Amino acid sequence: MNKRIKSFFSPLLIKRIKKFRSFKRGYYSLLIIGIAYLLSFFAEFIINDKALLVKFDGKKFVTLYSDVSLKKFIFAKAIETKENYFKYKNIPATDTLNLSDEKFITLKAEYERYDRIKKDFDNHRVLRKIFEEQKRGDWVILVPYSYGPNENLLDELGDRNPPTGPDRKNFLGTDDRGRDVLARLVYGFRIYMTFSLLLTLTSYIIGIFFGAILGYYGGKVDFLGLRFIEIWASIPFLFTVMVISSIMIPNFTILIVILSLFYWISMARYIRAEFLREKSNDYVQAAVAVGVSDRKIILSHILPNSLTPAISFLPFTIISGIAVLASLDFLGFGLPEPTPSWGQLLSQGISNLSSWWLTFSPMAAMFLTLMLIAFIGEAVREALDPKIYSRMK
Amino acid sequence: MGKKQRKELLKVENLKTHFVIEEQKAKAVDGLDFYVFEGEFFGIVGESGSGKSVTALSILRLIPDPPGKISSGKIFFGDKDLLGLSWEDMRKIRGNEISMIFQEPMTSLNPVFTVGVQIMEPLIIHRDMDKREARAEAIKMLKKVGIPSPELRVDDYPHQFSGGMRQRAMIAMALCCNPSLLIADEPTTALDVTVQAQILELMTEIKNKRKESAIILITHDLAVIAETCDRVMVMYCGKIQEVASTVDLFENPLHPYTKGLMASIPSLAKKKKRLTTIPGNVPGILHFPPGCPFHTRCKYKMPVCEKVVPELLKVEKDHLVRCHLYNGEGKNR
Amino acid sequence: MREFKKRGLNLLEEKGKLIRGNGKEKENLLEVKDLKTYFPVFGGVFRKVIGYVKAVDGVSFSIDKGEVFGLVGETGCGKSTIGKTLVRILNPTFGDIFYYDKVELKSGKEQSVKIDISKLNRKELMPYRSKIQMIFQDPYSSLNPRFTVGDIIEEPLTVHRGKHKENKEIVKDLLKKVGMSEEHIYRYPHEFSGGQRQRIGIARALSTNPELIIADEPVSALDVSIQAQVINLMQDLQDEFRVTYIFISHDLSVVRHIAHRIAVMYLGFIMEMGPADKIHNNPLNPYTKVLLSAVPRGNPRKKAKKPPLRGEVPSSLHKPSGCPFHPRCPIAKDICKKEDPVFEEKERGVFVKCHFPGVF
Repeated sequence: MNKRIKSFFSPLLIKRIKKFRSFKRGYYSLLIIGIAYLLSFFAEFIINDKALLVKFDGKKFVTLYSDVSLKKFIFAKAIETKENYFKYKNIPATDTLNLSDEKFITLKAEYERYDRIKKDFDNHRVLRKIFEEQKRGDWVILVPYSYGPNENLLDELGDRNPPTGPDRKNFLGTDDRGRDVLARLVYGFRIYMTFSLLLTLTSYIIGIFFGAILGYYGGKVDFLGLRFIEIWASIPFLFTVMVISSIMIPNFTILIVILSLFYWISMARYIRAEFLREKSNDYVQAAVAVGVSDRKIILSHILPNSLTPAISFLPFTIISGIAVLASLDFLGFGLPEPTPSWGQLLSQGISNLSSWWLTFSPMAAMFLTLMLIAFIGEAVREALDPKIYSRMK
Repeated sequence: MGKKQRKELLKVENLKTHFVIEEQKAKAVDGLDFYVFEGEFFGIVGESGSGKSVTALSILRLIPDPPGKISSGKIFFGDKDLLGLSWEDMRKIRGNEISMIFQEPMTSLNPVFTVGVQIMEPLIIHRDMDKREARAEAIKMLKKVGIPSPELRVDDYPHQFSGGMRQRAMIAMALCCNPSLLIADEPTTALDVTVQAQILELMTEIKNKRKESAIILITHDLAVIAETCDRVMVMYCGKIQEVASTVDLFENPLHPYTKGLMASIPSLAKKKKRLTTIPGNVPGILHFPPGCPFHTRCKYKMPVCEKVVPELLKVEKDHLVRCHLYNGEGKNR
Repeated sequence: MREFKKRGLNLLEEKGKLIRGNGKEKENLLEVKDLKTYFPVFGGVFRKVIGYVKAVDGVSFSIDKGEVFGLVGETGCGKSTIGKTLVRILNPTFGDIFYYDKVELKSGKEQSVKIDISKLNRKELMPYRSKIQMIFQDPYSSLNPRFTVGDIIEEPLTVHRGKHKENKEIVKDLLKKVGMSEEHIYRYPHEFSGGQRQRIGIARALSTNPELIIADEPVSALDVSIQAQVINLMQDLQDEFRVTYIFISHDLSVVRHIAHRIAVMYLGFIMEMGPADKIHNNPLNPYTKVLLSAVPRGNPRKKAKKPPLRGEVPSSLHKPSGCPFHPRCPIAKDICKKEDPVFEEKERGVFVKCHFPGVF
């Protein structure tokens, strides 16, 4: 295994990486996309309806990913104060309830305070307002843009009907269900990139496996395998996915499985061709003559030398993964609601044509992402081109 | 035959062709001075990286730019300086007055056109022939280079020709405009010995028939030179090492490199127990040694060889050599 | 190693036959009998076999221990195919390849056996894969560009003897033997010139200490001044490692220099086979003569003659009837068109396939 990794990171690859870095446009695109994708995993710190930190009754709660402990604490307190209040109120010890009894007033105030908090604790923006009103030294630290992707803002929109346009609160407006568009775009980016990367990975594994087998063994295996691929490739995959989606509600995993069943085909073809070419090289024959096992010849001799097309197609496969998920979402056969999705935003935009931000924002996001990846792809292809100058005067 | 009266057809002066490879400057051809007479069969011999093919491409100005560049020098063809011509004028010369045969007959013929069409093309371009005349001329040319039943073969595609026939067709193509200079770059390297003998004989025949034109044969094989050429130039690391008439060079090689080359070739005639070798490796194009480029492998190495590039000395009449051994005191080796 | 010997003994009972060690000075190493290697040609919708390229079409020869056997011929004559069949990169269509081996009997005595390696399966073949090695023509494509020099030379060792610490030492030793230095072990092939790469290829072939090395055009891709180095190296190593070479080349001068015996091939047949000097001085087959006369002599005063040949080598898909050489032969008679001449011993040690040997 060690040898295989070493053979993959040969000076050849290092040279190509250097060459790739010399194509500035592609290199910076890779940096931008890479950093953006990395950052998107920390999106909760920037765009989120949950607060970063809540201080409540002298205790601090980290609520970014889960506010269960805060919720438990609040509910326990609320129940406690409620019980205390009602117990005191209904005690017949004194015949007359002295409304000006100090203890009674405190208990009532306590009870009302926690009851109020209990009602709106999951909206941290409201919580912050309550805390400010109550002036009890409690505070809430919100993230810079405190709107969640799946959070319904109907209450805060007041008498305006969603979708509402961009304003100072919601930079890109809200969608037709009153959810913040910017938040959905950002979380959508994370989901789309992850989906596409995973889809690429699975389809590459399947494709490289089949391609290697067909190319290496050739003959009958190759003949039958190719016919199978041809038949398989003639199944219209979009319709198949749509049919499957209408029977069962697809989730992330199911969609990746279904799509990779179709996506491996082109990679298998490339790898097969590459194997056919590479196996005729003498170093493979030398390995055969020495008696190296087939598995080892495939994995450590031929495979590292035939990954060039796989690598140069990688960015474009990722692009098509994003595009296909967007189109499935657009048609409503993709990821289930309420997953933040660009395609779904686009389809909302089509049905609300006057709300330009619904069409514009996902379009712009997609255009930018795909363009950057295409730049990467272009640079990768150039970097893998063995010729320094491909033109002759 | 007085040599003075012979006219120089091609004269190359201080030709330098450089390439930029991995941000380094490679001096593929570094200061060439030579001439080719009319009616001469001139050989250029050298190993890989010696600059022999680059010389040919430089004459035709076919150096890919970038990475290559003819950085200085003059190439006189007749009275024209080829390096000063416009691109358009150069195009008129290529294939018309100077033509070239390449090593790989398979890749230098276009597989989608018939052989006939490819021979007719330069005739139509350079000679203003109409199609029928060109076709008749093409058949004539194919017959000349020894292709049987040329009337039928003219409509064949390159893949229907065998290796030797393809090379013959290439020669026919190169000759069809009756060029005064034919450059053949390793024309027989990809061919079998029996076919090689036929092609070499064909080229000698052509040369004998066309008195006022010349052939430059580029090869790595000294034996091929011995078969055909009148005069030879030995190249090593982009520089001329020795120029002499073929008989002179084979009977009295002066440069240690030439001597070493000749000794290291196994011969059919004499069986030796062991071959004499030139030690070391052929330097890569980016690592040409300073001073005399051969000093790293030369058994007569002197301290001066590491630093100073020897001049191309005229040792005898028409015998030039670039070596410090023949420079004054070292003359008697 | 012991295990291999045991396995060999089992094979002996199943597939080999016992032979007695003969008292001759020359010991046989390999015997090829009527070897044929065909490549099917597919055609039509269902890729049916429509014909065969008969690359090697019934070839017999035997090789003695310690000799250099030269195989010469023009492109497509099948010389490389023979080499690849002997190391079983290709499988023979017909015929036997006998390998003379020694096995230890249960009694502890060594016994010579003759094993038909063309009939062995993968597992049974393994010991012979280490005994027969190959050197390839193209020093560029024969080394995996992503392996270090050390890995390349070590691979046969790991396959046949497993991973050992000493392997590295063996590799370093081999590198020195082929005229390179120890520190090259961590470098990659692209850092070397053609000649050095070919040295690496030779080191790889020697790593398992083989008895027979098949060298397929080992010097034809090299520069002239490097060819001599590699040829000398191969000769030196032969003395040191006591290996036998099958030297395949299109270059008659090289083969004449290195080989003790030469076989001249044409269209998948051996046309003439015999001691190198005899083949060179007194060729009996007209094809050999023609081939020899076409070689440039390297002497401007004594030029090679144009071979009195018609046309070129026909494709081995459509071989001529009768003698394969008759369409080009300068002395072809009617019988040559009809009858295929037998490959037989015409003089002592000289085998010829011709109806009129020595006439031309």
